[in-house]
Amino acid sequence: MAQINVPVVRNILQANERLAAENRRKFDDAGIFVINLMSSPGAGKTSLLEKTIEALSGRIGIAVIEGDIQSSYDAERIQKKGVQAVQINTDGGCHLDGNMIQIALDALDLANVDLLIIENVGNLVCPAEFNLGEHEKIMILSVTEGDDKPLKYPLMFQICSVLLVNKIDLLPYVDCDMAKVRERIGQLNAKGRILEVSCKTGEGFAPWLSWIEEKVAGHKKLRAGKH
Amino acid sequence: MHELSIAESVLEIVTEEARKHGLERINRIKLQVGELAAVVPDSLMFCFELLRRDTIASEAVLEIETVGIVARCDQCDFSFEVRGQVFRCPRCSKPVMELLSGRELSVSSIDGETGEDDGTDQRSCCS
Repeated sequence: MAQINVPVVRNILQANERLAAENRRKFDDAGIFVINLMSSPGAGKTSLLEKTIEALSGRIGIAVIEGDIQSSYDAERIQKKGVQAVQINTDGGCHLDGNMIQIALDALDLANVDLLIIENVGNLVCPAEFNLGEHEKIMILSVTEGDDKPLKYPLMFQICSVLLVNKIDLLPYVDCDMAKVRERIGQLNAKGRILEVSCKTGEGFAPWLSWIEEKVAGHKKLRAGKH
Repeated sequence: MHELSIAESVLEIVTEEARKHGLERINRIKLQVGELAAVVPDSLMFCFELLRRDTIASEAVLEIETVGIVARCDQCDFSFEVRGQVFRCPRCSKPVMELLSGRELSVSSIDGETGEDDGTDQRSCCS
């Protein structure tokens, strides 16, 4: 028996990275702006989508991919708002991956879509490692979770371009110090934007909506330039 | 929680590399995992041990090398190790986003045995 050592140096997630790159090409060809929305369970991802769709539908073509371990409850909530929504059930899987998005895209008509929002499985750990082909990673931290979350789950906070701090209407009742949230995000990800919102009252939505509208317009321009 | 799918990918990669290099048995697999990677090494080891049964890597030992977080400041070009989750240049205190290391999740090498007995004690062809 000959003993040998084989240097490999291969990214373990390379298969997913390849699929994510294929998705990204598809999105860019169609001029669609794509968001990967991540948070812990119950932080308000679906509520944020409902409010965002209410405010923007009519002006922007929106489609949603819903990721959950089980049930089609969230996709039904989104469909009630009058936009296309497809549900992915991961059957125990803790995150979405590039392949699941490819399958979901087959079920969507992207012809009049300007904005695709992918709602990831509620989890502050695993979704951070798996690119889906999105343009921006957005995360929600709800004030009921506490100001210590950036310390405990640094990767997701480090890679998101916008952090939405939700449920700010509850700030008087919970132990979440916004100064600490800002300080901790500032250390992890100083370029990330922090927007304080309440999906319940609609407070703070204006900057979030204009951020989306700007991004969507930018991607539409890219499409116009190509065709 | 996603360590199981990572362990699956590791097994796929090493099986493919073993075939490519004519290995009949894999003894050792070295991985690099960055400190910022959302992976728990113990959990990855556990998942790998579940999956390796009845494969070419059924006896393989998984060695995980942790890689520290190193960032480079694009203002003053200073490279430094990130400690205490502060992504800020210690020299000019500008926020730093460019990472030189810390997010690794890769297979770095495999030790194994080929079927041929070449009569020599060839421990390593490359290192």
